[in-house]
Amino acid sequence: MNRTIPAALAGLALLAAMGCRQDMHDGPYLERLEKSTFFEDGRASRPPVPGTVADGELHADEHLYTGYVDGEPATTFPFAVTREVVERGRTRFEIFCRPCHGSLGDGYGTVVRRGFQQPPSYHIDRLRNAPPGHFYNVIANGYGRMYSFNDRIQTEDRWAIVAYIRALQLSQSTPLGDLPEGVVAELRAEGIQ
Amino acid sequence: MPQFFPKSANMLALLTLAIVALGAGGGLSALLITSRSPYNTQQGMPIGQPVPFSHKHHTTGLGIDCRHCHYSVEVSGFAAIPPTKTCMTCHSQIWNEAPMLEPVRESFRTDESIDWVRVHDLPDYVYFNHSIHVNKGVGCATCHGQVNEMPLMWKANTLQMQWCMDCHWNPEVNLRPRDQITNMDWQPPADAEARQALATQLAEEYDVQSKVSCSVCHR
Repeated sequence: MNRTIPAALAGLALLAAMGCRQDMHDGPYLERLEKSTFFEDGRASRPPVPGTVADGELHADEHLYTGYVDGEPATTFPFAVTREVVERGRTRFEIFCRPCHGSLGDGYGTVVRRGFQQPPSYHIDRLRNAPPGHFYNVIANGYGRMYSFNDRIQTEDRWAIVAYIRALQLSQSTPLGDLPEGVVAELRAEGIQ
Repeated sequence: MPQFFPKSANMLALLTLAIVALGAGGGLSALLITSRSPYNTQQGMPIGQPVPFSHKHHTTGLGIDCRHCHYSVEVSGFAAIPPTKTCMTCHSQIWNEAPMLEPVRESFRTDESIDWVRVHDLPDYVYFNHSIHVNKGVGCATCHGQVNEMPLMWKANTLQMQWCMDCHWNPEVNLRPRDQITNMDWQPPADAEARQALATQLAEEYDVQSKVSCSVCHR
């Protein structure tokens, strides 16, 4: 018997062994949120040193970043509210707010139907009369059982959501007669009295 | 000198050659098949987690958008693994005594991270950026599959280079309108012509090009 077969098998085994090295798959650098044995808390992603201000993130504009003007909740928006802003606000509202506040802002979201305490409807007098700065602050800092969403929703988007909440409030309180003629006709065609 | 080899040696020699050829071919095929099989890629295999988080329950059951937790997917290469605080936004109030969620509460109390097991982990020599994909019209489900039907998370695709290239050669047909990115039920038009028309239109509108140079992903 010759040695061809054992040699061929050994060659194949070598090939197979080469394919099994994972050194380059998981290199010596740490990916985001990977576990680290170097840092005491085991986290590769490091928190910034307290007091760090990122480049361009001084947040000196009080109105824009805190929602307050002279110690009072801002009664105006820090930038012009265009159709684009309201539509952006709608997408962000549906991502972040709808699960609890519901599509209409009446507080009957899916999570509420599963037992979360119902938040107040946007369509009560207190909230209809609340200034934009109030809503901005609730998003940024939380309110009651609602946690802060400041890590998930960036500044401009918070204001965009406030603009959309205003649109929702209008949508539930505007008499039919105040709508443009074409819109009224469309609604009537849908069977709305 | 008498004949050293018997006559049957002819057959033996042929057989040996055949076995070597088949063996080498078979061995190579076995390697290629194994490397593409779920045994190696873990495709379709649910991965256990410290808390049995169900994407199905949170998306199909509650209608929560992917970006509620994976909030940086549109602006960053990293889609974001939510911090414990995100879980506690609801679970401080509901299911807040469920034994199953004790690791979440413990993490919140002690500020120790939960050891989530990463399901989609590309090799370190591959550069991948979520934001460019979703902003060019590649939906979550296109790569991650029907996450809304996964109680525990698994890989719907191999994430192997061949699979990446299948799309990078011809990305148009995998595009959808940007406002449908997280919609798990979106389907392209059934009609082949309409489907191609949408593909062409979206590729034009979002300036999608076939990117196949090595350094696009291996930088």
